[in-house]
Amino acid sequence: MPMKDEDVRWVKAPRMGLVEKLYIPAIMQGFQTTLKHMFSPNVTQQYPEEKPKLPANYRGVHRLNRDEEGRVKCVACYMCSTACPARCIDIVAAPSPWPDREKYPEVFVIDELRCIYCGMCEQACPCDAIELTTLFDHTGLSREEMMFDKEKLLSVFDQTVAAGTDPIRTRSGKLSIASEPIASEPIASEPKASAPKV
Amino acid sequence: MHEFHFWPTLITIVVIFCALQATAGFLVYVERKICAYMQNRIGPNRVGPYGLLQVLADGLKFILKEEFVPKTADKGIFLLAPCIAITTAMLSFAVVPFGATDNDAQAYQFVIAPGLDIGILFIFAISSLAVYAIILGGWASNNKYSMLGGLRSSAQIISYEIPLGLSILGVVLLTGSLNLEDITWRQTSAGWNIFFQPLAFLLFMTSAFAECNRLPFDLPESEQELVGGYHTEYNAFKLAMFLLGEYVHMITTSFLMVILFFGGWHFPFIAGPDAHWIWKLIVIAGKVTFFILLYMLVRWTLPRFRFDQLMGLAWKVLIPLALANVIAVMFVVEFRISPWVLLPVSIGILVGAAAPALRPMNGAEPIRAEQ
Repeated sequence: MPMKDEDVRWVKAPRMGLVEKLYIPAIMQGFQTTLKHMFSPNVTQQYPEEKPKLPANYRGVHRLNRDEEGRVKCVACYMCSTACPARCIDIVAAPSPWPDREKYPEVFVIDELRCIYCGMCEQACPCDAIELTTLFDHTGLSREEMMFDKEKLLSVFDQTVAAGTDPIRTRSGKLSIASEPIASEPIASEPKASAPKV
Repeated sequence: MHEFHFWPTLITIVVIFCALQATAGFLVYVERKICAYMQNRIGPNRVGPYGLLQVLADGLKFILKEEFVPKTADKGIFLLAPCIAITTAMLSFAVVPFGATDNDAQAYQFVIAPGLDIGILFIFAISSLAVYAIILGGWASNNKYSMLGGLRSSAQIISYEIPLGLSILGVVLLTGSLNLEDITWRQTSAGWNIFFQPLAFLLFMTSAFAECNRLPFDLPESEQELVGGYHTEYNAFKLAMFLLGEYVHMITTSFLMVILFFGGWHFPFIAGPDAHWIWKLIVIAGKVTFFILLYMLVRWTLPRFRFDQLMGLAWKVLIPLALANVIAVMFVVEFRISPWVLLPVSIGILVGAAAPALRPMNGAEPIRAEQ
């Protein structure tokens, strides 16, 4: 259906006045803008020397958290690998050598090249064992090198905690309700759980 | 008439040749730095302190790159074009006085060819040859983009040569000489030409920008539309020669602006006619630096013209204004009126050109499409 004539509003370009027609004031205005920028502070970040300060919720390389005793926190529940849309997490569970849980991951490999860094593993994890760090500049010379195994992921945890870029954000020490054989107290009243997750 | 001394002239030529090349290289660095600051960046700062050795790194890169000539290119002309670009740019500097010049034949003259009476004609004759470099380069590359760049450039440079020539006619008429040294000397006593010829200066500067293919008139190489324009197919040292020619051209036109309109080496209280030559050298260098910085300021401020706007500006605005200015100067010179009359007249011509904007609007009704 063609547009109705009365719905069409015809607009004319505004006419230029004498000052605008001279163009020189406008050019001077342009100089003013560029000169103002010339003497305003630079925004450049000198990258290799000066690392960017990333927000804590940045989704970079993964890490596997340790509990208070330095053991891997993961209980090999497969929630992360199930949630993973890229299917880049490979876990092999084994009976836990420790009395406080049934299973632990014997093998935990994340293909960092396949990962899309969506952070859904972090959301799915019931015991806050997997987290994404602010580490963004990991490189490797081969595809095999970018398959991060359990030791590598734990070392990422050590590295980022030591560097202070990603402090331990979640309840430390205690495993979550998913791994606790005896639910001694309900999770809601747990005072340590109040630490905000950023 | 000045005597010809072989050795001083040869030494001057060698020094000027090296200095121009080095300055042109350094200007690339300055331009990148200024551009960076205007865009709130830092710019080159990796090679040497403050990135000052970037010039050397760029030069080395240009020299060490593979010399490549496209298979379909017209090889002879393809190689000739950058040579023309650099030669014409360097050659036109021969008559530009870059420091103090004297009528005293014993003193050292700060110009390669002192006392050349056709001075400014020589510069225009040589620098208009520079268009051949671009046309031949664009044509010999056997590439559509290069070809378009060359075509645009020929139209642009030929068009802008007319207002360029017309705008200095006023200065030449006032001085009664084409010799750049005489033009400078007259301004030491009679006052700088900018006070009598502000409009001519504006026209000269605009045309000079177009002649140098600088933004906002860099249509021959407009990267967004033509890849690289006439030098798309050029690389390594041949490209460096084109760029060097462009920057030398910039230096020359800056010198011309200073000498024609801003009194050359003259500056009240600092460099009078009897001042030491070092003061004169410092003054002219300072003025030229100012204009080169203005070139860069303009480049990073104004966007590029459309081609029809470019042509319209030359033929519909600059040439009529330049003609009106020349006529005004002719009246002043012929009837021996004080040249100070030219200041209000110049401004009057400029404002008068924009006056049609004050006309009452015809057809106030907005345009409606016919049924």
